[in-house]
Amino acid sequence: MEFFAQQFINGLTLGSIYGLIAIGYTMVFGIIGMVNFAHGDVFMLSAFIALIVFLALTTWIGLTSVPLVFVIVLVCAMALTSLWGWAVERAAYRPLRGSFRLAPLISAIGVSIFLSNFVQVVQGARNKPVPPLVRDVFVLYSHENYVVTLSYKQALIMITTAVLLAGFWYLVQKTPFGRAQRACEQDRRMAALLGINVDRTISLTFVLGAALAAVAGTLYLLYYGVVSFSDGFVPGVKAFTAAVLGGIGSLPGAVIGGLIIGLIETFWSAYFSIEYKDVAAFLILIIVLIFKPSGILGRPEVEKV
Amino acid sequence: MAQGSTLPAAAASGTRREASALPEIVKDAALFALVTFGLSIPIVAIRTDLGQGTGLYLTTRWGLVAALCGAVFVLRLIQRLVMLRVGQSRLAAQEKQAASGLAAPVGRLAASLGPLTLGLALGLPFIAVIGGGGLSEGRYWIDLGILILTYVMLGWGLNIVVGLAGLLDLGYVAFYAVGAYTYALCSTVFGLSFWVCLPVAGLFAAAFGVLLGFPVLRLRGDYLAIVTLAFGEIIRLVLINWVDFSGGAAGISSIPRASFFGIPFTAGEGGFASTFGLDFNPMHRVVFLYYLILALALITNLVTLRMRRLPLGRAWEALREDEIACTSLGIDTTMTKLTAFALGAMFAGFAGSFFAVRQGFVSPESFNFLESAIILAIVVLGGMGSQIGVAIAAIVMVGAPELLRNLGFLRAVFGEGFDPNEYRLLLFGLAMVAMMVWRPRGLISDREPSIRLGKAAR
Repeated sequence: MEFFAQQFINGLTLGSIYGLIAIGYTMVFGIIGMVNFAHGDVFMLSAFIALIVFLALTTWIGLTSVPLVFVIVLVCAMALTSLWGWAVERAAYRPLRGSFRLAPLISAIGVSIFLSNFVQVVQGARNKPVPPLVRDVFVLYSHENYVVTLSYKQALIMITTAVLLAGFWYLVQKTPFGRAQRACEQDRRMAALLGINVDRTISLTFVLGAALAAVAGTLYLLYYGVVSFSDGFVPGVKAFTAAVLGGIGSLPGAVIGGLIIGLIETFWSAYFSIEYKDVAAFLILIIVLIFKPSGILGRPEVEKV
Repeated sequence: MAQGSTLPAAAASGTRREASALPEIVKDAALFALVTFGLSIPIVAIRTDLGQGTGLYLTTRWGLVAALCGAVFVLRLIQRLVMLRVGQSRLAAQEKQAASGLAAPVGRLAASLGPLTLGLALGLPFIAVIGGGGLSEGRYWIDLGILILTYVMLGWGLNIVVGLAGLLDLGYVAFYAVGAYTYALCSTVFGLSFWVCLPVAGLFAAAFGVLLGFPVLRLRGDYLAIVTLAFGEIIRLVLINWVDFSGGAAGISSIPRASFFGIPFTAGEGGFASTFGLDFNPMHRVVFLYYLILALALITNLVTLRMRRLPLGRAWEALREDEIACTSLGIDTTMTKLTAFALGAMFAGFAGSFFAVRQGFVSPESFNFLESAIILAIVVLGGMGSQIGVAIAAIVMVGAPELLRNLGFLRAVFGEGFDPNEYRLLLFGLAMVAMMVWRPRGLISDREPSIRLGKAAR
């Protein structure tokens, strides 16, 4: 039972990260109907940006206050990754609107290959470790020789995720931008006729997705303490699985899907085999797509002529 | 023809427009440079390296960032200026082209490209041997030829799935792996010869194609792509982790070599050299492998070309254009997709089996997602459906980086540690995006229609 509880906490932490990435997939899919294959690599890139900002702050400027460093790293990573998200949309996806069906996906695969190799070229192929920022743990439960702990890191990850999701939900539900975004999701042409700047809305969607991926990237770096140029692919596919599982296009669905995938992966590794943990995620993806492509909270899709 | 008379006036006003547009263009280029600057902080400007101990140390590279921004500024400036010119001259050019029928010679050039490439491929070993001054000296070129032809074959195989049937398959390499492991296991465990295993590998891969295809082929385009990707990764992960079956990450080594239809390439009595009265040379096997993969690739090509004339092949192309229309015309979309999928998988199986016999060693690392992406890039750059386009794309994308590696002057320009292979995939990615943006129908977009309505209808 203690083991189960511990794994549950670990799974929720991992799931928060997947959920944050999954939102980027689901929003972009909702608004322009494409799988942004490069999103996983944007996430990886953001982890690198966070790594460099963190090192610059600690070694050059000599900041020691942990909360301050964390906030600055998070804000810098979000801002710079947003710029990447914007640039990618502008250069690789916007010119393809109205092209044939698979063009955006192929372009996105190109961007994905470009980004991971770009990072490899400019930062080298080795794993990049960072010293742990926070080491302390809360002991939640202690019994004989088994303890259930929640590390500060995990708490920080869950709290950051919750706070940002609340802010994000407010943005999408209550602000003019959110209304424009939801309108574009329903009918882009009609939204344009009603005076919504569709291109700008789509750009902002990519920016928001990239910013949330940056949060995930920073938290990932904080949690694992190491990042390499090839780390974008597998988390990207898992987050996509989460988006599909939750019902692609649905924001709460993405978060729920992320948590479920995080939990399944953790329990699978704990109780079955750690080698096949990626296989589990891929199998879930295939099974969900075959049997319930609309996911848990999604609407079934009807193809119109 | 009224348009023709207004042209000089348009050109004159164009010169004025150019002058007034110049500050705007410079501003635009500066904006590009600024964005580049923003993008390169901190990922380019600061490099992290592992120092002594466990920590990372930082090196700044502001010079590189400045160079990058400068390059982007100049390139954008040139692009805008050229576009301005082109925009002016395009009208005139269109008029001219319409009058003289410029398109015809281009079409003829594309038509003669096929036989030319084929001739070159057939003669390559001879050219390499004569040019190199001996069998062993020409080895580099023949090996490169084998590598390129393997990708040409894979490209043609995937072309059936992506180019003709319009199904985006991101897990194509899984079938390649199935073929390779089928041969590796059949030969090392059961001692079967290559010629028995080749068809078996093809059939096995096709069976895998049907197995995967049956449940997933009713999914829409991008879902299908992701599912095939997941399938490819599952195959790879199983190969890595199921050590008893596949040897795990270490792979399977000492796979038996191919024989000349039963005659082994050995030095002694009964070997290839003594049977045909030649002096023994290990290069005989390499040349044989070259012609083997050439034959396999040509079979793939031939089958594709013939299939396109069958009702089934036409159904594929119709399916690519509009699935709903196909359904309403009574085409069984599942069966049609499944045949394309199985046929593509079969050729990947053949290629995989060839890969195993050539390397003598297979490991899961040869079958990662990147390999799928490279094959897909070849098909996409080749123009999705154009056979010669795929061949040219394979030559460019696989051959060019190999050749670049040996160019000394690049080292002189970029410094001693320069390795073009590092930039290969970077350029692959960029090329895929550029292709989609500028020429979504591929380098050779001039695709022969499969059928025409009579001779006069051109």
